[in-house]
Amino acid sequence: MSAKAGGPVYKGVGKIPDRALLLFSISIYAFLYAPILVLMFFSFNSTRSTQTWTGFSTEWYVALLRDQTIHDAFFNSMKVGITATLIATVIGTLTALALTRHNFRGKVAADTTIYAATVMPEIVVGVSLLVFFVATLIPLGIELGIVTIVIAHVAFTISFVTIVVRARLAGMDESLEEAAQDLGANPVTTFMRITLPLIFPGVMAGALLAFTLSFDDFVITFFVSGVGSSTLPLKIYSMIKFGVTPVINALSTVVLVATIALIFGGSRLLVRRENS
Amino acid sequence: MGGKGRGWTFRLVGLLTPVTIWLGLFFLVPLLLILAYSFGTSNIYGGITLGFNPGNYLRVFDPLYLEIIVRTFVIAALTTLLCFALGYPLAYFIVFKGRRWRNALILLVMVPFWTSLLIRAYSWVVILSGNGIANKTLQFLGITDEPVTLIFTSQAVLMGMVYSYLPFMILPLYASLEKFDTRLKEAAKDLGASRWHAFWRVTFPLSMPGVIAGSILVFIPSAGEFVIPQLLGGSRTVMTGSLIQNQFGSARDWAFGSALSVMLAALLLAAILFYVRRVGADKLEGV
Amino acid sequence: MQKRVSRGRFLKTLGAAGVAGSTLTILSCQPNTNAASSGGGGGGGPEEKELALYNWSDYVAKSTIPSFEEKTGIQVTQDFYGSNEDLLGKLQAGATGYDVIVPSDYMVTVMIKSDVIQKLDKSKIPNTKNVGEDYTGLSYDPNNEYSLPYQWGTTGILYNKKETGELDGTWDPMWDPQFEGQIAMLADSRETLGAALYKLGYSVNTKDDGELAEAEAALKDQQPLLRGYFISTEVRPLVQNGDILLGHVYSGDAFLALAGNKDLDYIIPQPQASRWTDNMCIPNGAAHPDNAHKFINHILGADTGAKLSNYTYYNTPNQAALPKIDPALKDLPGYTLTPEIFERLEVIEDVGAKTREYERIFTEVRSA
Repeated sequence: MSAKAGGPVYKGVGKIPDRALLLFSISIYAFLYAPILVLMFFSFNSTRSTQTWTGFSTEWYVALLRDQTIHDAFFNSMKVGITATLIATVIGTLTALALTRHNFRGKVAADTTIYAATVMPEIVVGVSLLVFFVATLIPLGIELGIVTIVIAHVAFTISFVTIVVRARLAGMDESLEEAAQDLGANPVTTFMRITLPLIFPGVMAGALLAFTLSFDDFVITFFVSGVGSSTLPLKIYSMIKFGVTPVINALSTVVLVATIALIFGGSRLLVRRENS
Repeated sequence: MGGKGRGWTFRLVGLLTPVTIWLGLFFLVPLLLILAYSFGTSNIYGGITLGFNPGNYLRVFDPLYLEIIVRTFVIAALTTLLCFALGYPLAYFIVFKGRRWRNALILLVMVPFWTSLLIRAYSWVVILSGNGIANKTLQFLGITDEPVTLIFTSQAVLMGMVYSYLPFMILPLYASLEKFDTRLKEAAKDLGASRWHAFWRVTFPLSMPGVIAGSILVFIPSAGEFVIPQLLGGSRTVMTGSLIQNQFGSARDWAFGSALSVMLAALLLAAILFYVRRVGADKLEGV
Repeated sequence: MQKRVSRGRFLKTLGAAGVAGSTLTILSCQPNTNAASSGGGGGGGPEEKELALYNWSDYVAKSTIPSFEEKTGIQVTQDFYGSNEDLLGKLQAGATGYDVIVPSDYMVTVMIKSDVIQKLDKSKIPNTKNVGEDYTGLSYDPNNEYSLPYQWGTTGILYNKKETGELDGTWDPMWDPQFEGQIAMLADSRETLGAALYKLGYSVNTKDDGELAEAEAALKDQQPLLRGYFISTEVRPLVQNGDILLGHVYSGDAFLALAGNKDLDYIIPQPQASRWTDNMCIPNGAAHPDNAHKFINHILGADTGAKLSNYTYYNTPNQAALPKIDPALKDLPGYTLTPEIFERLEVIEDVGAKTREYERIFTEVRSA
């Protein structure tokens, strides 16, 4: 095959494969967002139904403003989600570093434990953690509540973070880090200045996954929660018996719009800074 | 492997201590509890009497339950394959074509999942119902003449599973692909490789750790899923997750539920270890 | 080299010993079916002005809690569960802190037998007199020692009368091949097995293997005709949207659908159907039992009871509240029941050891 002259032969979206990939990607986003559009639509429904359209109304947004239980649940979910994500991401990243970069006796056991923590069905994890907490934490004066929920969430998300960060670390060449160490940097500096920036997308991906898992978790959270610590999923999933009302759609719409606005706003700021 | 300089052990121990404490206390101990339950006997009015009763495990071998377990593994495998087929191109697109919008694009993948799965599932019911958008579009395009049954079928369950677990495939793939300098690919191209060749021989193999991680992160939770078969399948596709839920629910049979959970977990763990070993454990290691 | 490895091993051994030690501690604490030993018990000294309500989500009217808080100055915290067994599991595993819970009829029996709820002190609940005769003294708690009714309803068939025409009033239409693919049954093992048992003329609480086998066969015959097994609130939109014609539902969902659509109708089939009741109970180890009694009394007030039912669309057990129920509701088919209909309603009771058999049958039917 003759060598092609010049720089990259394909650019932008000029070629068919590129166009196909773009179209495909747009379709996947459409797939992901189709139910989102529907739920936003029904947030303006004029009756209690989230599936039968009867007319336009903003009453659910008003109801959302007035429903204290939803506000409390939302803030509990955020508190738990952010705290658990931070802890799990730190622990998971450290663990990934240990498992990828070192060989030691008991490594197989460690590996297996990490995988094992993902395979147990949620209900047994929830029930057994509850029994464990009742036996150990409550005598120590720690009530069931945000603390126990965070502990449980970290426990089941660490492995997910570890697995994702390992995927990032694998095959990553350590020469930069070794060079830094040869130049006299201590392990912490090497980690903060060299390793972390290199693995950052993996760490961010792991954090995103952990947060997502935590934010919509019902089963485990149900069992380890206490009085006043109901999270959003506890509120929503338990609405199943009498019907989920569009107030939840309204909440989701608000959260989604705010989040997307933040993402785009943030991106444009970054792009502008890059350009200046 | 990192140089075994001074303090290597301390560093290793330091790295592993947090996870050892956290998982040791909050995973392994409860796990022992579940094992104990699985050998216990369920009381009629709830709760368990501990003891040594292997009967719960023997019950798992009832053809009814074995059929459910097999079906679960098949669905989980299909879900993983589909997530890979749909997720890999998207991850590739975000990493190599996203440029400055990469972070925004990957966040946008996750944002829908910060809405409760419950209402998104209900929305799918609306989309796929007899008078829903999907059917109307099919009729409009002339592909069908009258409404087709789309929802509450096993196909709908599979679609729902793929929908729920796509991010679990996309995120690790993104993490893995992102570390490749585009110049690596361009270099391959400059040396005469066709685009496909460059991808297949260079990019794809280097993204294997992401593929492995993604497959595991989709397969495992899919096997334990019980919400989607209920909401999108009309509870007609019975999966192991639903079965286990029932034991802790209306059957009030915690001992049997625990035994089922241990069996499922053991099977899944065996599957992961086999898969990782087969695909090459070295791919998950440092160079 | 030797030294380094053994240091790591030492730490791991330490960790293993720690795990083993904690395990022994845990194993000595079984999930207790008697939660009285844990948590702050009531009695002795005035209670704090707080109440922890553990209820189904969206099962109170907008004014229910605020009116209680205003009247008594007691702050109410609301938490939620979605199934009776989840509630039971949590209480049996030792979770405490809840003052008022709202279990369904059969679950009250289970809770009494497993000793997780306490007896009510009727002297603190003067509004007990408001409860109608038909709603007390039911088999799950014959003297209402542990529970008082909250809301009740029936389980029947919501159908599109315009499309199906008049039905024969029995359970047979749910087995009618002409409606294939347009029938929905409940995902509740007791209710659905119950429908089959009723159709065959048996009791919903039977423990007879022969009768259960017949019901299993009937359900297996029905399975191919069904759209699926759903939760009642999911059946409602399916009927409203025309996706199905006949839906097995709880009365409240039927009434919500009927209120908006004249083409629909609700029947309580012959020869028998289920009636269910959700009840208020106080768990053992409740921190504020006095406040709990006050809350129960509040719910049983005429005004509160009416507002509650007007919101939930379920029936009120509160005789005194009846006059204030929305007249539009009272007119809906199946809302106001005659004594003749009451006669043929059965209460679903806990069937003890047979529970697992019911579950196995239902799993087998769905897997077919």
